[in-house]
Amino acid sequence: MIRINCPYCGERDHSEFSYGGDATINYPSLDASEKEWTEAIFFRKNIKGFQFETWHHSNGCRMWLVVERSTVTHEIKSVKPCHPDLQKVVENNK
Amino acid sequence: MTKFNAWNVIKNGLNGQSYWTRQWRDPEPKNSYDVVIIGGGLHGLATAYYLAKNHNIKNVAVLEKGWIGGGNAGRNTTIVRSNYMMPGNHEFYEHSLKLWENLSHELNYNVMFSQRAHVSLFHSPGAKDSVSRIYNIMRLHGTDAELWDLKTLKKKIPHLNYHNSRFPILGAAVQKRAGNARHDAVAWGYARAADTLGVDILQNCEVTGFTRKNGNIESIQTSRGIIKGKKIGFAVAGNTSVLWQMAELGNLPIESHKLQAFVSEAVKPLLDQVVVYGVGGAHFYISQSDKGSMVFGGDLDWYKSYAQRGNLPMVQDVAEAAMAIFPSLGRIRLLRHWAGVMDMTMDGSFFICKTPISNLYLNAGWNYGGFKASPASGWYFADLIANENPHNYVQNHNLERFEKGINIDERGAGPDPKLHG
Repeated sequence: MIRINCPYCGERDHSEFSYGGDATINYPSLDASEKEWTEAIFFRKNIKGFQFETWHHSNGCRMWLVVERSTVTHEIKSVKPCHPDLQKVVENNK
Repeated sequence: MTKFNAWNVIKNGLNGQSYWTRQWRDPEPKNSYDVVIIGGGLHGLATAYYLAKNHNIKNVAVLEKGWIGGGNAGRNTTIVRSNYMMPGNHEFYEHSLKLWENLSHELNYNVMFSQRAHVSLFHSPGAKDSVSRIYNIMRLHGTDAELWDLKTLKKKIPHLNYHNSRFPILGAAVQKRAGNARHDAVAWGYARAADTLGVDILQNCEVTGFTRKNGNIESIQTSRGIIKGKKIGFAVAGNTSVLWQMAELGNLPIESHKLQAFVSEAVKPLLDQVVVYGVGGAHFYISQSDKGSMVFGGDLDWYKSYAQRGNLPMVQDVAEAAMAIFPSLGRIRLLRHWAGVMDMTMDGSFFICKTPISNLYLNAGWNYGGFKASPASGWYFADLIANENPHNYVQNHNLERFEKGINIDERGAGPDPKLHG
């Protein structure tokens, strides 16, 4: 079991969460070329090692999180809310 | 190499089994080859075999970082079927099934292919309609497919749970020519047959880098020295992205996920088919091996991973699915479970294609279904490498299909790799 330390709920089993995917995708502007959109939607770095990825606390607070996790050892380095403003709120309440 | 036939079996039986030669050589790497296949799994070995057999290209090496058959070749549930409906896919998998039907003779190696029928249960009128559409498309293309009503199903497999009121079994979509094979024998059979034709199988030979010249890959750095190849093929599903980035080619429409499988203790003959149960969140497939073990599996672990070990929530999911459909397994004990790393693609279909490097060819993206595909995968990958031109069946199985909008998405699940089960 992977344990994810949700900033809102505390440390929980990963089975409470749903895996989203690569958290580093930058979507291009609406008038960008098909090539750029194809790259953003379909192509992935597929990192072997630490990567930033999204998880949804779907059976908990239902917030989206950015998790830095190794895809080899499953070790987690950091967990933050997806939205930077929410991160500030979390930090101010500590 | 001593051929397997009745005469040699009797001769060796009388001589203390002392005249068998080794099944394949353990050669030192040569400096250069006409074709170097990276990846000594079923697809790489099959490719090398068909390069030599169909195209008379025999100066071929297969590089394997571990031992052959030690990756996903040994981490699957050995199911062989061809129940696909998308253009390209159904012809490809049907050809693969036809190759399976003659594989033991072709390789002079008993791959224990058993056409015991693949029985896919349905539980609602909607599911029946949906699967009828797919199986009718299969019939139109000359693949065998049939529907079993409840009465037939109960007669054939009496011990399923027919009293599940939430997901009542209404019948099954069946492919009778589908079945199982022995995974190790397929790897060894292809290795032995390819070796006989002159292919060098280089084990413990890990690729560590590439040297480029004039846009091409000139040589490959490996743990056993530098090896040159006029043409190079990748067949390393699970680690395709790693090798792709080693060649400085950027991103791929692939994510690596792990898929678990399970083997129980051996029991007396219980199940004579491959049974698939998929409803709600559950996905479960089971068959019985020749040794008597129940071999079964379920879904991915649902998060990206390169680890070849499974996580416990999926063990529980699979056990629950087993109990829902096969309550008689309740007290059976699990012997082993393991995970393999899958190339999950953005539309659930594979790649056999050229790449931005003109002497590099790609075989990747087999999702859940690499085992059954291996003969045809080798066949068409060898064809592409030899003739430079993709066969009609695989003409859209390339990296450009996403930009062109011709995704080959059997499930219609969209661009989320983990959903293409």
